[in-house]
Amino acid sequence: MTAEAILSIPTPPRQSLSVTTGRDRARKTKQWLAFMMLRGAILIVAAALVVIVGFLVINGISSISWGFLTEVPRNNMTEGGIWPCIVGTLLLSLGAMAVALPLGVASAIYLHEYALPGRTMRIIRLGVNNLAGVPSVVFGLFGLGLFVTAMNLGVSILAGWLTLGVLCLPVIIGTTEEALRSVPATYREASLALGGTKWQTIWRVVLPSALPGILTGSILGISRAAGETAAIMFTAAVFYTPKMPNSIFSDVMALPYHIYVLATAGTEIEKTRPIQYGTALVLIALVLGMNLFAIILRAWLQRRGSR
Amino acid sequence: MRRSTKEIIIKQAFLATAVTSLAVLALIMIFLFMEGLPTFSFVSVKDFLFGLDWYPTDEANPAYGILPLIVASGAVTALSSLLAIPLGVMTAVYLAEIASPRVRAVVKPVVEMLASLPSVVIGFFGMVIMAPFLQDYFGVAVGLNLSNAALMLAFMSVPTIASVSEDAIYAVPRDLKEASFALGATHLETLARVTLPAALSGIGTAVILGMSRAIGETMVVLMVAGGAAVIPNSLWSPVRPMPASIAAEMAEAPFRGHHYHALFATAMVLFMVTLFFNILADYFSHKHQQSGSASL
Repeated sequence: MTAEAILSIPTPPRQSLSVTTGRDRARKTKQWLAFMMLRGAILIVAAALVVIVGFLVINGISSISWGFLTEVPRNNMTEGGIWPCIVGTLLLSLGAMAVALPLGVASAIYLHEYALPGRTMRIIRLGVNNLAGVPSVVFGLFGLGLFVTAMNLGVSILAGWLTLGVLCLPVIIGTTEEALRSVPATYREASLALGGTKWQTIWRVVLPSALPGILTGSILGISRAAGETAAIMFTAAVFYTPKMPNSIFSDVMALPYHIYVLATAGTEIEKTRPIQYGTALVLIALVLGMNLFAIILRAWLQRRGSR
Repeated sequence: MRRSTKEIIIKQAFLATAVTSLAVLALIMIFLFMEGLPTFSFVSVKDFLFGLDWYPTDEANPAYGILPLIVASGAVTALSSLLAIPLGVMTAVYLAEIASPRVRAVVKPVVEMLASLPSVVIGFFGMVIMAPFLQDYFGVAVGLNLSNAALMLAFMSVPTIASVSEDAIYAVPRDLKEASFALGATHLETLARVTLPAALSGIGTAVILGMSRAIGETMVVLMVAGGAAVIPNSLWSPVRPMPASIAAEMAEAPFRGHHYHALFATAMVLFMVTLFFNILADYFSHKHQQSGSASL
């Protein structure tokens, strides 16, 4: 086609052009409206977090004092501090992680490094996904039936560890798999090319580079265990115990259960309101602090990885 | 040879650990059935599932019908889904398609933090702040009721729905969207006619997982739902969903008494429902797996 031929193509009439712009404007307006609605949804979600955390901070901050954090409850739990609950929650969540971490990391290594797509992998994955969906109160009953009753551990720290441990297992498996996925295939190939066996490759190459990601996962797991209530109310936590835990067979007090008990079952619900707010504030500070740390750690890892 | 034997042993050891999750799931089922099935020696399956009266502690004439609890669980979950599904999916669309990287870096952690709030804290919020608010501004007689619980539950399932849907939207192949843009479609038209339909099975999975989380959530319904074991007749009725009943009564139920067994049987029903939801979600995500534009 020559230049003259192109030039001779008639331009579309003005009218039709203006019609398209009008329609374009309508389409743009529609898009603008729809995207504003999406922004609105985000604002609602963010507002929910801000309102919940904000109210607890405003109402709880006046209860927080050195004494509140380090003293034991007194006078039928209407005065004093929450030290035993803090200790109990830390003990329970760290111990649960000690149960879940080896099992979870090993499961993830199998699923990501060894298993070939097929029936075995599909069934194991189905098991993990379903375990993640089991309601926490069912975990509580399971712990009551197996650990407390059948294994005769009683309501104890150990029973709590095992119950919370299996509850956190899917979290650990999920985050570890993600960490393993982020290890470049070239690392594995280089190790295998040097004559390393599969296990040597995993142990010396894959795991060290996945370690920070696994750490992130275990922090998330600890925070999940720390906030869990229904799973420990029949297995580890008690309403009130005058002594600090001295063995893995002791029962303990825990922050989430303390909030629940004071807010619903106490005889002086109104009087202990400041303690309830204070305990809730300590619990969310603990849980959100750990989550924030994990989120920052992950962002740092991603930046390092992309460099 | 020795080296390869060692490798095989290691592999088998990892397989054995990976089966733990399955074993735990099986054990959960065994223990629920072991403690729950004796219920049907003193109440028939039909009377248990469809009985209207739940008076397990009545000395003279105990009744073990969990229909009010089942209806309560269903109502609370359905109502919370009405709010959580649009909010969660919209959040996911915004995060995956519209947010700039800088906005995303702020909003994504916000959603994750919402997910990590302990349920007892959300329940506490619903009890001490939302309930009086509803009574004062909506003139509701009882602040702890179906709607309050559904609202609190919605904020717990939004993060689940959002993060799973977001992955599904991300997984839509780039060339599909580019083809739509090349045809002159706007971003919104591409979203509505190409991206979302392609991600639909993933979003379906997300919705099912979110609902499953709402059904099984315990502390919120225990603290906020009101606790009346009757079939609700309005959105403001106090209700007693299954997890709340189990958590509230287990401590007082005499060990291996009728009440104890009935609670385990309720947990059996709850477990079956969530298992069904999770298998359905798994089926959805495998059946319509989007591995590339070729599978559309």
